[in-house]
Amino acid sequence: MSLFLVKRFITFLATLFGATILTFLALEILPGDPALVILGVDAPDSAVEALRLEMGLDRPAIERYFDWISGLLQGRFGTSYTYSVSVLELLEARLGITIPLALMAMVLSVVMALSLGLYAASQHNKRGDVTVMGVSQLGISVPNFWLALLLILLFAVHLRWFSAGGFPGWENGVWPAFKALILPSIALATVQGAILARFTRSAILETMREDYVRTARAKGLTRRATLWKHVLRNALIPVVTIMGLQFANLLAGTIVVENVFALPGVGRLILQSISQRDVVVVRDLVVLLAAMVVIVNFFVDLLYAVIDPRLKAHDI
Amino acid sequence: MTLLSVENLSVTLNTMGGPARAVRDMTFTLERGETLGLVGESGCGKSMTALALMGLLPETARASGAVRLEGENLLEYSEAAMCRVRGNRIAMVFQEPMTSLNPLHTVGHQIGEALSLHRKLGRGEAQKEALRLLEVVGIPDAGKRLGNYPHQLSGGQRQRVMIAMALSCGPDLLIADEPTTALDVTIQKQILDLIRNLVNDLGMAMILISHDLGVIAQSVDRVHVMYGGGTVESGPTAAIFEHLSHPYTQGLFAAMPKLGQRAKRKDGAKRQRLNTIPGVVPELADLPAGCTFAERCGLVTDECRAAPPPLTSVAPPAGNASSGNASAGIAPARIVEDHFAACVHLDEARARLNSA
Amino acid sequence: MGANLTFVQRCIRHRSFVAGGILSGALVGIALLSVVWTPHNPIKMNIRGRFADPTWNHLLGTDQFGRDILSIIMSGAQNSITVGVVAVGIGLFFGVSLGLLASARRGWWEEIIMRMSDFMFAFPAILLAIMLVATIGPGAVNAIVAIGIFSIPVFARLTRGAANAVWAREFVLAARAAGKGRFRITVEHILPNIVSVLVVQTTIQFALAILAEAALSYLGIGSQPPTPSWGRMLSEAQTMIFLNPWLAVYPGLAIAMSVLGLNLLGDGLRDVIDPRLARER
Ligand SMILES: Nc1ncnc2c1ncn2[C@@H]1O[C@H](COP(=O)(O)OP(=O)(O)OP(=O)(O)O)[C@@H](O)[C@H]1O
Ligand code: SF4
Ligand SMILES: [Mg+2]
Repeated sequence: MSLFLVKRFITFLATLFGATILTFLALEILPGDPALVILGVDAPDSAVEALRLEMGLDRPAIERYFDWISGLLQGRFGTSYTYSVSVLELLEARLGITIPLALMAMVLSVVMALSLGLYAASQHNKRGDVTVMGVSQLGISVPNFWLALLLILLFAVHLRWFSAGGFPGWENGVWPAFKALILPSIALATVQGAILARFTRSAILETMREDYVRTARAKGLTRRATLWKHVLRNALIPVVTIMGLQFANLLAGTIVVENVFALPGVGRLILQSISQRDVVVVRDLVVLLAAMVVIVNFFVDLLYAVIDPRLKAHDI
Repeated sequence: MTLLSVENLSVTLNTMGGPARAVRDMTFTLERGETLGLVGESGCGKSMTALALMGLLPETARASGAVRLEGENLLEYSEAAMCRVRGNRIAMVFQEPMTSLNPLHTVGHQIGEALSLHRKLGRGEAQKEALRLLEVVGIPDAGKRLGNYPHQLSGGQRQRVMIAMALSCGPDLLIADEPTTALDVTIQKQILDLIRNLVNDLGMAMILISHDLGVIAQSVDRVHVMYGGGTVESGPTAAIFEHLSHPYTQGLFAAMPKLGQRAKRKDGAKRQRLNTIPGVVPELADLPAGCTFAERCGLVTDECRAAPPPLTSVAPPAGNASSGNASAGIAPARIVEDHFAACVHLDEARARLNSA
Repeated sequence: MGANLTFVQRCIRHRSFVAGGILSGALVGIALLSVVWTPHNPIKMNIRGRFADPTWNHLLGTDQFGRDILSIIMSGAQNSITVGVVAVGIGLFFGVSLGLLASARRGWWEEIIMRMSDFMFAFPAILLAIMLVATIGPGAVNAIVAIGIFSIPVFARLTRGAANAVWAREFVLAARAAGKGRFRITVEHILPNIVSVLVVQTTIQFALAILAEAALSYLGIGSQPPTPSWGRMLSEAQTMIFLNPWLAVYPGLAIAMSVLGLNLLGDGLRDVIDPRLARER
């Protein structure tokens, strides 16, 4: 294993740890007594006190933090106040929506970004380039939930190809469930794809100015062959980094988009838990999402090491 | 048939300040086995000339004139036809060995690429040939190096790899653009010797580009001294070094660090100042109408500024005609006629040099 | 684009700068205008006149409560601008301070500040906003604070990078040799030299803030009624999307045009301020 990966792994653990602290503190320090919030301001003091005891709010914060963490490490999630079931149970069905949605959006945005970015770069300063850049500028400016509404207007209200929202569940066949995720993933992917496409284009243009690209051309490789064999892989290195960072935005986007399409996923659960002041659920879910982001970025780093032999160099 | 004949090659760049001629009316010929040096300060258009020959000019550049390889004008070639020339009949070695190799591909792969492209070798054959080439350019432990990535090699080794790559398809012409500038002095000499020997052994023609007169003096048969995109003096190497004619060439020569001058004085810690040519290289976009060197020349008169001075034959001082060192195929008589300079005050320049 | 044109000439010739300037100017102009005048009172309901089609009186028609849509959208600009200014202000103030500190002190300060900002990058911005409202309740102020907090690392990182480059310049070395303190050098030399970079990023963060606020308001955890807000207009419009689809178009268009304008302005500024970088874009 290389030094690079060891370093990245340590960063990975540290980030995860930081995320739990931040989440815990945010919910701890900020004003607002969870018990009072749950029961409402009019609740009798005795009931509030009883709930506080039940929730363990009388114990020191440090103790509760370690309880929470050790629980999470053993796969024990908290118990929702509103649903009175474990967060894990709540998650089971919902992850089945959010993960496929995020993956579809990710794949879509990457395909979009690479093809558009590559096309624009190969047409540099020509009409195709200008068009793609203009359209992607527009794509960046459109809020994803508005795009979602426009997609609903066009494909559900007007053309009636898709339903305007809701999720039939995977048990009723893969196609209907998949179909229900198509519009949401397009809405989610467009903005990310537009950002990535611009980035891909400039990474490719930058790589095309490298000396080794000139060397490849001097060998007699055609422009196209040079692009595929020498430019693309090098240009992918910065693009992949941005992809990893974008994943956080993509997950955040699922919260919004699931809401537009009334998909009962993790994002919607978070939002509902907030409106119901279900702090336990919010806390666990936030850490879960943060963990997903961190894990994806760790895999991006692994991918790095695969792409770039320089990172494998210093074996330990 | 003449291998390479360059006729009035000019390169015009579209810059922010308007069109600029980076190369102006370069004319020379090169036979098989002959070597030519291009020398001049940074920005005088040496690399642009080389890239024009390769058909690899930047998008903003246009070339005019003719580059004839065995009679065929490469400037009129289609991009596809040019791809068959590059790396096959004309190969190039670049200045920066550190950045000229793709960091993500192995050395073997990068050498094999041209072989499978032009010679249609399979993977295994290409690797076998790459191994042989690595041995030819003197890389120790070549078998192991084949699978190495560029970052695992030193600068000198990388430049050897670049040379192996350039030689891979047995080109007729090798263009080496400052192949040793980025290397440290001891390695410079090794690489230069390697290039010289290979060119000799393989009978290639070579264009060697350098800003270092010393490098040029040791390595090539003929020299073009360039300034402001054009030739200011050209001729057989020996003739030029014996009769420095153009004021710019004289300046370049005076600016060359001589052995012994480098030594620090113990007391003052101040190094003896190198002679440098006063002034700076003019902006391409607003080169003067007459002699491009006028702004920096001590002998300048109105006549110089009126019109570009043509390249005229430099008559050698009497009794000094034995310029010797005739390379294969060039008669001594031609060498003398072959020495040209573009200056209207050649006699004064020569006189000044002799009195100095 | 000519290298020796004046700054103003470069601005006028830069197409995306001009387009961005016009759109952004329109956004600010409309927001200011709406403070003193809108065609109708944006919060006055008129149940009898609901879902009116566009007329000369109501250029964009009316909504489900009979309010004039054009007036609400005009007032909504105020909301977006306020959020943008305050959130970006928070990010600028803290981010630039931290970045300058990291750059002036180097060593541990720099390491800690940069690791913290790395960490913030890995954390979905909207999540913190959501956690904030989960505990202290929804509202425009909380949303603004959350958006502001998440632009801190962006500015911190940018400032530090730019400032480090300036610290290495000769005139700074000269100032240090002259015995000037770090604080004084930072104020006198570093800050003035990184302003242009910050200006460009500010317009871009402004656009992001408008987008984020719209999303939070759409989710019902940003601006609360009756403050007119584009994001909330969209969430209300969604419930009536089959009834009156146009309601879902105008506010989104307003958001998109504002964000587009600011992004174009930012891109344009970058080119205009530093023409050397313009070639590739
Ligand atoms: N891509 C480009 N775009 C615009 N101008 C260029 C470009 N490349 C080079 N130039 C200009 O063309 C002129 C000739 O450059 P060239 O690279 O041929 O000089 P050179 O003699 O090789 O110098 P050096 O010793 O620095 O390599 C220079 O004035 C340079 O500024
Ligand atoms: S022509 Fe005139 S200016 Fe040019 S080099 Fe000769 S003497 Fe100098
Ligand atoms: Mg050069």
